[in-house]
Amino acid sequence: MEHYSMNLTLQIWRQKNSLDKGDFETYEIKDISSEMSFLEMIDVLNEKLINEGKDAIAFDHDCREGICGACSMHINGRPHGPWHATTVCQLHMRAFKNGETIVVEPWRSKAFPVIKDLVVDRSSFDRIIQAGGYISVNTGNAVDANAIPINKDNADDSFAAASCIGCGACVAACKNSSAMLFLAAKVSHLALLPQGKPERKARALNMVAQMDKEGFGSCTFTGACEAVCPKEISITNISRLNKEYFGAGLSIDKQ
Amino acid sequence: MALTGLFLISFLVIHAGLNATIWANDGGEMFNFSAHFMGSMIVIRIMEIVLFIFFIIHIIQGYVLESKNLSRRGKGYKINLANRGSKWYSRTMGLLGTLLLLFLVMHLYHFWTPSRLGGIGDIQPLNEVDYDGKGYHNLFEEMVRIFQNPLVVILYVVGCISLAYHLMHGFQSTFRTLGVHNKRYLSGLIIVGYAFAIIISAVFAMMPISMYLGWVK
Repeated sequence: MEHYSMNLTLQIWRQKNSLDKGDFETYEIKDISSEMSFLEMIDVLNEKLINEGKDAIAFDHDCREGICGACSMHINGRPHGPWHATTVCQLHMRAFKNGETIVVEPWRSKAFPVIKDLVVDRSSFDRIIQAGGYISVNTGNAVDANAIPINKDNADDSFAAASCIGCGACVAACKNSSAMLFLAAKVSHLALLPQGKPERKARALNMVAQMDKEGFGSCTFTGACEAVCPKEISITNISRLNKEYFGAGLSIDKQ
Repeated sequence: MALTGLFLISFLVIHAGLNATIWANDGGEMFNFSAHFMGSMIVIRIMEIVLFIFFIIHIIQGYVLESKNLSRRGKGYKINLANRGSKWYSRTMGLLGTLLLLFLVMHLYHFWTPSRLGGIGDIQPLNEVDYDGKGYHNLFEEMVRIFQNPLVVILYVVGCISLAYHLMHGFQSTFRTLGVHNKRYLSGLIIVGYAFAIIISAVFAMMPISMYLGWVK
């Protein structure tokens, strides 16, 4: 694709801290390369702000190669911007035209309170994982890779679910701020494998209980989460989670 | 929502099936017979109470769920995802449900009140009609009478359109909630869901229309 430069108007959410009311601020930015990533464009803007003696825009980022789940921007009304199955760090400026106005907001959910500017507190996801998103194994030497045979379909489904990076785009997109796609990916990933089977009942019940405690909404299957997921996690995982949950609720062992 | 919804879906099938007897075009004889058959059977009378309970649970749970979910966002977005991620009718089940609730109140007032409560207080009972020396409620005559008003016909058609969209989301969502995750079953259920929503609503909508236009007498 042909390289081009562009001038943009950015409307970015600025909020000093979690108690601040916050508001949009408008920035004009010039000579942005179409080859830059969206985060690099924000870096350029931040350098300019720092040189002017202003406070830089706070935003989450880490690996910048689309695998860590740190970046979290709601760009022009869509989590992670306009490209399908792409995180913000992999979104390139060629997705935009010269002279365009871009609105950047943080994830909006009561369970994801804003810490500063575009950074939200996603520790609620960590607490959901702590509630059951793991398997208990003895430490020691790694077990031989193919000691337990696993059906190919299950392995594929489990792997697809395991690709969830926990970015929270599902919550940001859902009209109910539901974390069900995240939860379903984690539960499916483990429940489909023999190693995850012993704890599957307690896992489903405890993780759902923690999700409710964190203040996420419930799933009404609108499908918005699946549409914006940068890892294309399928919504059918939520059905699998529901099945796991019903099964566990009806037959949980006494604890 | 799913369990009560599934029950209400099964009710729709029976309701549409029985009401389709108006198209027998026999002056409502078959329809009045079937209405009498349903009204005089103890199983159906019990199921009528169960149906009311399921309706009430579905309505209350729906509103509780909707109000809880609406409170989860906190501050909203300047630009919403809107139709880029989901269908409008999937996001407005609460609103469509409210339209259906209003329709239900009107519908019960039109037909259920006179046939069940007729004769109590000021409520006018239905006229009787004689088949083979036995008296039956002439519910068919009442239907024809009510559907002469074009405004009522329009309101019923609007109700049926709301029902179609409510079912387009509700049918498939029910099975997803109940844990159907097999992709082949799901793709089948989605097609059946769309077909069910459209056919059932079209059948219901055609009833007031055909009575207004005088296609059935």
